[in-house]
Amino acid sequence: MKTSVKLAGVTFKNPILTASGTFGSGQEYAQFVDLNKLGGVVTKGVANVPWEGNPTPRVAEVYGGMLNAIGLQNPGIDVFVERDIPFLSKYDTKIVVNVCGRSEADYVEVVERLADQPVDLLEINISCPNVKEGGIAFGQDPKAAAAITKAVKAVAKQPVVMKLSPNVTDIAYMAQAVEAAGADAVSLINTLTGMKIDVKKRAFALANKTGGLSGPAVHPVAVRMVYQVAQAVNIPIIGMGGVMSAEDALELMLAGATAVSVGTANFTNPRITEEIIDGIRAFMAEEGVDDITELIGAVK
Amino acid sequence: MTDKVMENAIIIRQEEIATDVYSMWLHTEEIARLAKPGQFITIYCTDGSRLLPRPISICEIDRMDCSIRIVYRVAGEGTKEFSAYHTGAQLRVVGPLGNGYPKKSKPALLLGGGIGVPPILQLARELDCEKKIVLGYRDERFLEEEFRAEGDVYIATEDGSFGTQGNVLDAIRENGLTGEIIYACGPMPMLRAVKQYAAEHNMECWISLEERMACGIGACLGCVVKSKKKDGHTHVNNKRICTEGPVFRAEEVDI
Repeated sequence: MKTSVKLAGVTFKNPILTASGTFGSGQEYAQFVDLNKLGGVVTKGVANVPWEGNPTPRVAEVYGGMLNAIGLQNPGIDVFVERDIPFLSKYDTKIVVNVCGRSEADYVEVVERLADQPVDLLEINISCPNVKEGGIAFGQDPKAAAAITKAVKAVAKQPVVMKLSPNVTDIAYMAQAVEAAGADAVSLINTLTGMKIDVKKRAFALANKTGGLSGPAVHPVAVRMVYQVAQAVNIPIIGMGGVMSAEDALELMLAGATAVSVGTANFTNPRITEEIIDGIRAFMAEEGVDDITELIGAVK
Repeated sequence: MTDKVMENAIIIRQEEIATDVYSMWLHTEEIARLAKPGQFITIYCTDGSRLLPRPISICEIDRMDCSIRIVYRVAGEGTKEFSAYHTGAQLRVVGPLGNGYPKKSKPALLLGGGIGVPPILQLARELDCEKKIVLGYRDERFLEEEFRAEGDVYIATEDGSFGTQGNVLDAIRENGLTGEIIYACGPMPMLRAVKQYAAEHNMECWISLEERMACGIGACLGCVVKSKKKDGHTHVNNKRICTEGPVFRAEEVDI
């Protein structure tokens, strides 16, 4: 049975990755999950300097999902290179570094710093709904998204995945814009902007007022958008959005994703990534699928 | 390093000990052996519409019997789900989480307010020093008998139905209680007042905080508190309540 997939020249032992921001850099989850079993670890977004993030409350549960407005708190590239990359390098899994920034120069600085690091892939976050400057500002304007892609590609030593926002009118158009600018792959979907109000307190549940909606509630949106993007571009897709089970992951692959990131489900069950990988193998055995790549985009 | 585990805990017994306040004894393989006073567990819901585990403090630890007791208030759909379970039911739990209280040999004031009363109980049991226990309630009292077995107990009720009318600080003043160190858990207004009281009286003060959490294990950075010193994760000034807390030196955190 062949579970490996190749994406932008990188071979993953299986298509299951962690979604940025839900898994740290793996340290906290290593007590629950054998990181060697994962296709790859996608780190929490890292910027050129430390970011403090947003005020609390930063998270709220909603029916079938959750809202977060962490605000990309991160230690900056210095600590990341010194601590997190050496930690992940001990494991037989691919390292995908999620890069965030407030300006084009910020992204470029981080990507340059990663050039000589043992990193397999870069995921450029142009879609975080919780930071005012940078983040989603680049992800909602095709010209800005293309400009960031070009700037990053000009200095990157690893393949570049552009992470797209669902908070746009036409995500396929955004995907085409970054593809034309040289992106090696796209990942989608980041969270959908949402809001929750506590009726008794008559106050917003999150200090940031709005937050990113994730979890099973957004899964059908992710399947639809992965399918639309798969029809519109020739570069591969990392699919994500509310994956709670092997079945959810397979759905995204059938819609056109080459690999799948698991995010919010880590909070619901810290061992979920391993269980999904086992579930995919069980599905392949039952359905007589010898090579998982047969499934990628198989539903037209 | 295994300092926390996920396991299926079995409910030994559960009862409602005050209106909407439930006491549950859980049989655990590892958590009871690892747990310290002031730490907490997270309990996972079985209803798929509720994704996030509920953090609940540990009230008592019976290491011989491999069991822990939690006492929690039904505050929403998740705790409502837990309150409906009976003896023999299994709950998926992760723990023990957080740092717990330091145990110092100094004359101590132990302060618990409302649903912050339970985590003080195991600490009261394990502290080997002169201790005065002050419990604050809105009206209905719970766990009072358990505390009386551990030291002198003073009660405050907001409605004045028992003990001092007011809060734990009113009870301290009314009874002229003194000590060198404060251990406290309770609602934020109480903790702010306790922090100020300790500063005015030049007392060492440890407080247990709560915040909305997602992962509970230090990865998501959802439950931070502004801190004087740099935190262990991001090296800014945002300590994770689930990991570097929930217990902090009062002057260390901006509450």
